[in-house]
Amino acid sequence: MGADAVFRVEGLRKSFGQNEVLGGISLDLFAGEVTVLMGANGAGKSTLVKIISGVYERGGGTMRLARQVFDPGTPAEAIRAGVVTVHQNINDGVVADLDVATNLTLDRLSGKGASLLFKPAAIRAEARAVADRMGLAIDLRARVADLSLADRQMVAIARAMAHEPKVLILDEPTSSLSSAEADRLFSLIDRLRGHGVAILYISHRMSDIRRLADRIVSMRDGVISGTFDQKPLDYEGAVNAMLGRKILLDRVVARSSARAVFTTEGLRLSHGAKPISMTLGAGEVVAITGLVGVGKTALAETLFGVRRPLAGSMHMDGKPYAPRSAREAIAAGVFLVAKDRAMSGIVGGFNIERNISLPFLKRMSSLGVMKRRAERAAARRQIDELGIVCRSEKDELAALSGGNQQKVMVARWMSQISRLFILDEPFQGVDISARRDIAAKLRASADGRATLIFVTEIDEALETADRILVMSEQTVVGEHRNADIDLDRMLAEVAGGPLHSAA
Amino acid sequence: MILRDHAIRYGFIVLLVGLIAYFAIAADGFVSPQSAVFIFQSVAITGVLALGVTATLVVGGFDLSIGSVATSAMMAASYAMVVLEQNAIVAVIACLVIGVVVGLINGWLIVYMRVPDLLATLGMMFLLLGLQRIPTEGRSIATGMTMPDGSVANGRFSEAFLALGRHRIDFFIPNLIPVSVVVLVVLAVLIWFFLEYTRFGRMMYAVGSNERAAELAGAPVKAYKIWAYVISGVFASIGGILLAARLGRGDIASGNNLLLDAVAAALIGYAVLGAAKPNAFGTAVGAVFVGVLLQGLTMMNAPYYTQDFVKGAVLVVALVFTFALSGRGKR
Repeated sequence: MGADAVFRVEGLRKSFGQNEVLGGISLDLFAGEVTVLMGANGAGKSTLVKIISGVYERGGGTMRLARQVFDPGTPAEAIRAGVVTVHQNINDGVVADLDVATNLTLDRLSGKGASLLFKPAAIRAEARAVADRMGLAIDLRARVADLSLADRQMVAIARAMAHEPKVLILDEPTSSLSSAEADRLFSLIDRLRGHGVAILYISHRMSDIRRLADRIVSMRDGVISGTFDQKPLDYEGAVNAMLGRKILLDRVVARSSARAVFTTEGLRLSHGAKPISMTLGAGEVVAITGLVGVGKTALAETLFGVRRPLAGSMHMDGKPYAPRSAREAIAAGVFLVAKDRAMSGIVGGFNIERNISLPFLKRMSSLGVMKRRAERAAARRQIDELGIVCRSEKDELAALSGGNQQKVMVARWMSQISRLFILDEPFQGVDISARRDIAAKLRASADGRATLIFVTEIDEALETADRILVMSEQTVVGEHRNADIDLDRMLAEVAGGPLHSAA
Repeated sequence: MILRDHAIRYGFIVLLVGLIAYFAIAADGFVSPQSAVFIFQSVAITGVLALGVTATLVVGGFDLSIGSVATSAMMAASYAMVVLEQNAIVAVIACLVIGVVVGLINGWLIVYMRVPDLLATLGMMFLLLGLQRIPTEGRSIATGMTMPDGSVANGRFSEAFLALGRHRIDFFIPNLIPVSVVVLVVLAVLIWFFLEYTRFGRMMYAVGSNERAAELAGAPVKAYKIWAYVISGVFASIGGILLAARLGRGDIASGNNLLLDAVAAALIGYAVLGAAKPNAFGTAVGAVFVGVLLQGLTMMNAPYYTQDFVKGAVLVVALVFTFALSGRGKR
């Protein structure tokens, strides 16, 4: 193989400033095959896609399409050459206020040879042809805004296919679809595969991958860490290559807890998911790991009162706990360092001090008037405790590095005593030294409370936790004490497959 | 960089001081207690409205209905006293109730009906502009007016009510400071203290800066947003009371410029002390700045029709200060 690849990438590199994101990627795509690209957050998948689709300029290496040099300067050039990308955000691929017919033919409304006048009848006929070819059963006069997500996705893909591409790139297309909707997408992909399109399919979802993949390519830290094309495909091997499996230097000494602080009984996160029952003890740090989209954030939000479980109950110190809002959760001593600090943590207009005091204004005021001295003292104490690098507690958050911003987020919730401390992806976008600082601080301060960390990277779980739970398909599928862990079993659980298929 | 920081921080204040110095030299009688009081009096009503709209700006919203809330309050006060022959206290309470109700409706539309703030308050503006004309079939309200049913309205504005707009308090010089200026200063201090020093104000800023983060920090975001519109409505209705008391009649044609002047003052306030965000002190300075400029130009015999042009120019300069120079506007 290799000679007959439709699309060929060799030694592709890309850096942003000092930061090398892609370190020499080589990738082949074959006609009539679905190649799945797997990679954790920050592995460089989206950078790769953006270079191929002409959004970014490449830093080095070559790309060939049907043996011709392929070097798109703009997304439009890439599309014209026959490489079409459907991006993750569905609404980037469609114009919500226009009808389906216009969306399907949108790319012909501009550019060379486009007619000056908008001819509805001609458009509709052309759109009908496109829809028929794709087997798309959607009313062409419907407004895209009125369609379901899945239908919008179909329109975006059909629109892409109107160019009759040789290569189609789908970036996490099922991330917001239900399983029935995803099935429709899969049959469309089967159809395209039958037409001889080379498809690059980017996803973390093991069920998608098992259903579609002809080959799997795993990426880690900007390089290809594994290619799997022998049937039957080695799914665990692919996950393994994506997550990496290093010899760990700083393993923790696992503690066990005698006293339960927090329990869930039969907690159900979504329809069809198995219930979750777990016990978190005082003084222990528990990590929940699993791929993106298996319900980690949903569970974190359920414990924090932002989301309601479908069934089941929770108990805190033996008393029923059913928060209806973040406010009630905080009052009960459940704190959450939310995922994606820029979106859901940092208040941009506030300095460090004010970001730290934010949830506890009531405790730091009397008769509603802020006690600024207490506020400053708390901020200074936290800056010391976590080793936040800054000039003073008056610094704006934008002036800090990612690691220090994250430390401020952790410091916010460590400034008061909690019963259950939840951190959702606390190490995302954080450098290694800040990550170690945060992990060490979490372990050192863990006495008396239960600590629960949600991480995608197994390494991070191994470095911080006393006990590791594995999530898959919206439920907990495995439990490991962080001492002499059977990594094979854990990886098999992460990959979501039955144990007997483990390689 | 330090020079630039200082330019951003103190630029607007320096400009204000420079302006006063210039008028002091160029215009006779500009520097006198009476002139200063006149400046404050001219911006009192606008200033009160601007302080209210600042509260909605803080939570990341906007209130276009303030002008019409003020004129509705003015008409309501007039109607209460002239047609219904009620006393000053009833009139004032009626106005405040209008402010609260309109604020609640605005907040409800925005928070629960998910109507974008500009559109919701624009709708409310039109609604109120129409509503205030219905009871009198579009006529202004004054003692002795003929009602739609042919009767004559014999009520009068009560003296106590008129005093709100016309009485002057002794301050070193007899009869110096009008009540409206006192109201402006008191409200400015109140809202400034509320926004800067209480946890409620702090949380309102957090809601405006990152709503989701505020919610995850346990803030009742919806309630804070609704409260902001209630504050805005109440301040606007106080502005309306002052307007009615100054005019002594329910003039259907007055108050056209209130909304735009108030919004301009609040936006100019972004530039004061390099705040680059809505703030009560800035809003007050912004209002005074416009007042100083107009008073100075008037004393130098600039024609009245240049006033809006001058206000516009000041606003544009202030916005450049805020967004281009400080570079914080992007966030």
